[in-house]
Amino acid sequence: MSTSILRLAWIYPDLLSTYGDRGNLLVLAHRAESRQILTDSLLVRSDQAVPREADVYLVGGGEDGPQALAAEKLIADGALAQAADNGKVIFSVCAGYQIMGTSFVASGNKHAGLGLLDMTSDRGPSRAVGELAGAVHPQLGLESLTGFENHGGRTYLGNETAALVPQVSHGIGNDETTEGAWRGKVVGTYLHGPALARNPQLADLLLAWATGTELAPFDETWTSQLRAERLAALAHH
Amino acid sequence: MTNLPARAKFATAMLRTAATLSRVSGRGDGSVIGGRVGLTIEPRLLSMLADGRHVALISGTNGKTTTTRFAAAALEAAGPVATNSFGANMPTGHTTALAKARDAVNCVLEVDEHYLPQLLIDAKPRVVALLNLSRDQLDRAMEVSGLAAKWRTALEQAPDVPIIANADDPWVTWAAGASRNVTWVAGGQRWQEDSWVCPECGKHLDRYGEFWRCTACGLTRPTPSWSVEADTVVTPEGDRVPLDLRLPGQVNRANAATALAIAATFGVTSADGAPRLTSVKSVAGRYAVVRRDGRRLRLLLSKNPAGWLEAFDMLEPRCPVVLALNAREVDGYDTSWIYDVDFSPVQGRKVLAIGDRRMDLAVRLQVNDIDFDVVDDIGAAIQAVPPGDLEVIANYTAFQDIRAEFDRVN
Repeated sequence: MSTSILRLAWIYPDLLSTYGDRGNLLVLAHRAESRQILTDSLLVRSDQAVPREADVYLVGGGEDGPQALAAEKLIADGALAQAADNGKVIFSVCAGYQIMGTSFVASGNKHAGLGLLDMTSDRGPSRAVGELAGAVHPQLGLESLTGFENHGGRTYLGNETAALVPQVSHGIGNDETTEGAWRGKVVGTYLHGPALARNPQLADLLLAWATGTELAPFDETWTSQLRAERLAALAHH
Repeated sequence: MTNLPARAKFATAMLRTAATLSRVSGRGDGSVIGGRVGLTIEPRLLSMLADGRHVALISGTNGKTTTTRFAAAALEAAGPVATNSFGANMPTGHTTALAKARDAVNCVLEVDEHYLPQLLIDAKPRVVALLNLSRDQLDRAMEVSGLAAKWRTALEQAPDVPIIANADDPWVTWAAGASRNVTWVAGGQRWQEDSWVCPECGKHLDRYGEFWRCTACGLTRPTPSWSVEADTVVTPEGDRVPLDLRLPGQVNRANAATALAIAATFGVTSADGAPRLTSVKSVAGRYAVVRRDGRRLRLLLSKNPAGWLEAFDMLEPRCPVVLALNAREVDGYDTSWIYDVDFSPVQGRKVLAIGDRRMDLAVRLQVNDIDFDVVDDIGAAIQAVPPGDLEVIANYTAFQDIRAEFDRVN
């Protein structure tokens, strides 16, 4: 961190905000503040410049039209790519996740992405809607990923990018096998829920990356019960 | 009203029989099954039953059941009204409503947003009221822009049907713009998260209080002819008509204004219509007050983020509140929308979380720094508060579960 305040930038909520995407911002701010880390949440509209000095960038989901427009603006703006080069944390969801790849398809047309993750996205044969779960890539050292997916895309990972979940146990994710992706401190997932509310360890990993410090413990009474309940509900199906 | 052909008469009789059988066997009010039977025998039954009658259609994400009840109450000043007052808002329910009250020339129908194009064709309405559009059950319903486009396309095919539309909602304004005959109402829209950008051109909307406009293409909030000021409705003639509503909240005053605008198209003046709105005390359990063990519970139904924001506006100051959340099929399986709602209005009160998905609520409330307790059900929630008033906000099936605890109060 360049100052003592952790700056959280929510990118283009005017274009990319569906299914409770604001929740990821709220969860990061709350979990940081609970550890006495001051935060500043910036809502960056698509007619504003993306700040170069934020510590965590959040990019959410959206419909095809706004997704294509957001990608165009982010490429032209350049700040997000620069942030990734500078080792800043980027957490992206659904349409925002696809934008992190080299290309994606929206409204039947192929669009260029930011290329921060080595992957391409296409339309799938059917919409993926429902609960998703699976063990997280062992290198990240997190508990299972759980969340709700709702997307029509399929994402194919290249060699430079690892899957967040190498093998889903429930749900579709990227391609019915893997879910999400990460490279350096750029992370993407199809999961809403929101993902960071359902996966507090992932939230803390992003905060630890951004602050470079180990975080104090957090009261996980409710988050652990929510996780247990959601994972148990899948076992019943 | 025209005479029905023999097949339609038979279909109507069978519809009534099926509805009655369903009702006496305790399977609900029979609207849906009755309509299904009638439409199976005569697929054109809905349009035949609507033929020659004066039909008002009311659609939108939130407030359509209440506005329908208000409009029916106001229109009764001009005689009996056929209406789907049980919230059965698809063609089966419409057919039943029209079949049951054959003598009523005036009809007020609540219409599911997705069925509005079909009803525009089948019911040949005298007037259509468009309330609002916002995100609702996104895991299975169409997104807001898609629904608005569907409405706009349907209205392009019927440009002369009189429309009453909410000028405060940019998506509704845009959809209604396909019509040549719109009366604008300041219907309110506390929720603005679905209208950051212009429905017409995708550029930013500027907002100043209730005013909104697109600086790029010029789409602007139309000047409303009907509005609400404190507890009065201001009519197009500039008359201030006092409201004495039993239903709470700014949103219900706006719903009342829309209902009076509908009634005006039937020749019922607001002076005659407004006093009748006082008779509406609850709507299929919504806003009903029930009592148990010295607690007085008020039941509020809210199904989506826009609805929860409006419900928070209705809460009595300092009164404890129960929040009930389910995620069954009709609710939508995805609960993430609770993060689109700012829960700070419940801060400082006793908050109890119940429902199938109370753990989702618990995590959400924790993130909002709100003190709360999680309890098993409405019975436990009642025991957790002292005797006195208790507000209850629940989404669809959670609401029905609570209502069932109180003999399906209406």
